[in-house]
Amino acid sequence: MRLTVPAIAAAFVMTGWVGAHAAEVAPGDVQIEDMAVEASLTGTPGNPEEGAKTFANRSLGNCLACHAVEALAKEQFHGNVAPPLDGVADRWSQAELRAIVVDAKKVFSDESMMPGFYSLDVGKNVREDLVGKTILTAQQVEDVVAFLTTLKE
Amino acid sequence: MKRYSLMAGAAFCLAVTGMAIWTAAADPVDETLEIDGVPMTTRAPAPEGHPFDEVLSGWLFREAETRATQEDTFENPGMIAVEEGAEIWNTVEGSAGKSCASCHDDAAVSMKDVGAHYPKWDADSGKPLNVELRIDKCRVENMGAEAYKFDQPEQKALTAFIKHQSLGTPVELDLSEGDMQTWWDRGKETYYTRTGQLNMACATCHEGAMGHYIRADHLSQGQVNGFPTYRFNTGGLVSLHNRFRGCIRDTRAEFPAAFSDELMALEVYVTWRGTGLSVETPAVRQ
Repeated sequence: MRLTVPAIAAAFVMTGWVGAHAAEVAPGDVQIEDMAVEASLTGTPGNPEEGAKTFANRSLGNCLACHAVEALAKEQFHGNVAPPLDGVADRWSQAELRAIVVDAKKVFSDESMMPGFYSLDVGKNVREDLVGKTILTAQQVEDVVAFLTTLKE
Repeated sequence: MKRYSLMAGAAFCLAVTGMAIWTAAADPVDETLEIDGVPMTTRAPAPEGHPFDEVLSGWLFREAETRATQEDTFENPGMIAVEEGAEIWNTVEGSAGKSCASCHDDAAVSMKDVGAHYPKWDADSGKPLNVELRIDKCRVENMGAEAYKFDQPEQKALTAFIKHQSLGTPVELDLSEGDMQTWWDRGKETYYTRTGQLNMACATCHEGAMGHYIRADHLSQGQVNGFPTYRFNTGGLVSLHNRFRGCIRDTRAEFPAAFSDELMALEVYVTWRGTGLSVETPAVRQ
């Protein structure tokens, strides 16, 4: 097949993406130490704007189901099952926030209600099409963490 | 059984950071429910071995408008199905040429308070039957009719009609019959087993986070004394096993078949958790 210019350009983009993907830490390999995950899961800096979208999206993070955040006051119906996240970046470091998003049950307690967003340590009878899949991708976790680090008071 | 704490994480967070006051819970309302002037028990002392001190009807967790709709049977849209159920009661079906009324006469007499004590042990089947399965057994064995399909409108209507004959009667199961205790044990295990990608059990929301809001939804104790329940968001009656399956599905798990042993055990256990609450069928929920 003859490579056209757009195809070559696409190949470069793909390579870049594959490169980032190769550096991605698999869910089972994430090291939570001292309630923190120091290293980025992807090596690509998180995007806080994308993180805010993932945070609010009901089929992705759906974080507002349980946490209220003034920064997203335009979104309806913030839950109160869990603490509000205003000023959360003053209370936790980036590495701690990453650990909490990855698997809060490993940071706090097995009884935490918070799902592990980048963990395969999940409940029984997972829906067939979701077996082996995490709630968020590694980059989505990085984006959410980037958004959380903007929440200072 | 250890009670699920609200969130060990949240408590830890508060302790570590001394974070400003976080009042998460919203109390259920301090109101009394009367339906057509008849008082309902919406708060009852919990039976021994229950994680709560007091069992609370889901009615106490709903918005004022929803609560008011249930107070008047003329306003309650679920009563349309109950009336349909009354018609089915008197309709001949099946090869034996019988209706429910052929044997049971006036349901107001023969079915009075019956639904408050279901699921009930059935020695013949060797398992507990709920009202839906009891209806099916009667249809197949006595009427020569077919069992209803799950959630067929007639099934929901007739179940609601029969349970409505117990309106106001406190829920009470006889766990000493047959193997009811074994089914209760099994249901309890299911209640506390986390499922799905979201890794949540019934207890996660309805015990640990009861009284809090998930988005706009005020989490109740998940009591079942009002089923089949009229729900505004779907505009019709919702059966208990439909609700069970919906909740499990929302944890992103595969969900058991309606009336499977697993869900029958769960029904036994969850019904027991509402011991002492009045039957409110058809309750009105959002």
